[in-house]
Amino acid sequence: MRNLVAFPLLGLAVMLQSAIVSQVNLLSGSGDLVLVILAAWALQERVASAWHWALLASLFVGFVTRMPWAIVLAGYFGVAYIAQILQRRVWQAPLLAMFSVTFMGTLFTHLLSFGFLSFTGTSMDIGDILGLITLPSLLLNMLLAIPVYTVMRDLARWVYPSVEAE
Amino acid sequence: MRDLFSRSLQTTIIFLVVGGILVLALGGFFSTASNQFTTGLVSIQTWISTRFVGIQDFVTAPRDIVSLRNRNAELESQVSQLQAQVIELQQRVSETEILAALVDFSRTSPESTYKAAAVIGRDPSPFLHYIIINRGSNDDIRRGMPVVTNQGLVGRIDSVIADAARVQLITDPASAVNVRLQNADTEAVLVGSVTGDVTVDMISQNVTVEPGDLILTSGLGGGYPADLILGQVVTIRSLEYELFQKATVQPAVDFTRLAIVLVITNFRPVDITPLVPQTTSP
Repeated sequence: MRNLVAFPLLGLAVMLQSAIVSQVNLLSGSGDLVLVILAAWALQERVASAWHWALLASLFVGFVTRMPWAIVLAGYFGVAYIAQILQRRVWQAPLLAMFSVTFMGTLFTHLLSFGFLSFTGTSMDIGDILGLITLPSLLLNMLLAIPVYTVMRDLARWVYPSVEAE
Repeated sequence: MRDLFSRSLQTTIIFLVVGGILVLALGGFFSTASNQFTTGLVSIQTWISTRFVGIQDFVTAPRDIVSLRNRNAELESQVSQLQAQVIELQQRVSETEILAALVDFSRTSPESTYKAAAVIGRDPSPFLHYIIINRGSNDDIRRGMPVVTNQGLVGRIDSVIADAARVQLITDPASAVNVRLQNADTEAVLVGSVTGDVTVDMISQNVTVEPGDLILTSGLGGGYPADLILGQVVTIRSLEYELFQKATVQPAVDFTRLAIVLVITNFRPVDITPLVPQTTSP
C-alpha cells in the first residue's frame, strides 16, 4: 500500500524535471531526475516494484515530452533492468552501483533518443551529441545521484520496513 | 545665670571653630587633607556602586537576554518577510518590464491579436526543444499558432490541452521555417538542431550573404506570418560543389531566458498537404 507513494513522488519529480532540472543546462545537456530516482529505487535491496515505478514514470514523462512514449518506456525499463542486474552483483558497494546505473542508464536512454531521431530523419553529428549533450547530461545525473540515492534509501526503508523494525 | 553664659560661650566657641575650619577649608588651607578625604570617599562610593551594578546586572540580565532573544526573533522574522517581499517585488518588476516590452511589440503589429502566456516548463529530453506554456484550448489556443516575444519568433504551438500547450521552438531539430534574408532579398529555410544551434539552409549560390544580414519569416507555406524577426547571419559556408549555401544564425530570442511569450491567436496556419503532389510509383 505504501508503494502508492510513487504517484505523488514521481508526479512531483516530473514537475521538478520540467520546471527546473531541464532549465539547468550544461552546454546542451540537462539532468534527468526521473531516471536517477528510478535507478536509485531499483537498486534498493527489498524493492520489488521497480518495474511498476518505471511504467508510471514513463506515463508521466510521456505526457510532458514530445519523445514517443514507447521510447521513454523502453528507456526507463532499461534503467530498471540494469539496476536490478547490478544490484545483485555490486550489492556491497551501493554508491558504486548507483553511479554505474546512472552512467549506463543515461547512455542507454540517449542511445534510444538518438536512434529515434536518426530514424525520423534528423541529421545529427555524433561527436556533437556526445560532447554537447550526453557527457554534460551524464555529469549532471551523477551530481544528482548521491542525494537522490540517500532519499530513496530512506523511502525504501519506509515502504518496505524490515521485520526487526516492525 | 553662669550656666547659661558658659553654654552660650561654648556654643559660640564651637561655631567659631567650625566656621573657622570651614573658612580655612574654603580658602584652600586644608587641600591635602580634604583631597585625601574625598579620594577615600570616592573610592568607597565607587566600590559600592560597582558592586551594586554588578548585583543589579546579575539579577536583571537573564530577563534582558530573554527579551533580547524575543526581539531578535521578531526582527529576524521581519527581515525574512521583507526579503520575501523584495524578491516578490523584483519578480514583479521583471515581469512588468517583460510585459511592457511585449505590449510595445503588440502595438507595433496591431493587425495581430495576442495572448500572453507564461513558460512553465520544458521538454525533459535534452534532444528536443519544446516549452510548455500555461494557456490551452480554454484560452482559444490552437495547434499551429505562432508564438513570439518582443525580440522575435519563438516557435509554434505543437499540441494543446485544456489549460496548457506545448510549443515547438525554432531551435528544435524537427523545426523548419521558411525565411527571407532581408539584405540579400532571397528565400531559404531555417532549421534547428539537436544542440539548439540554428542554421539557414538552401540559400542559392548566386546570392551574396553577409554576416549581420537580418532573417525574417517569409510567410511561404502558410505556417508562419510574414516578417517576423528570427535572427542575424553569423557565418556563411559556401562550397562550390554544394548546391546551396548555409549560414549559421544568432537567434534574436534568448531561448534560455524565456519567461513570458505571446501567442498570435488570429493566425490560422494553412495546411498545404493536399496541394503537395503525391509521388506515385510507375
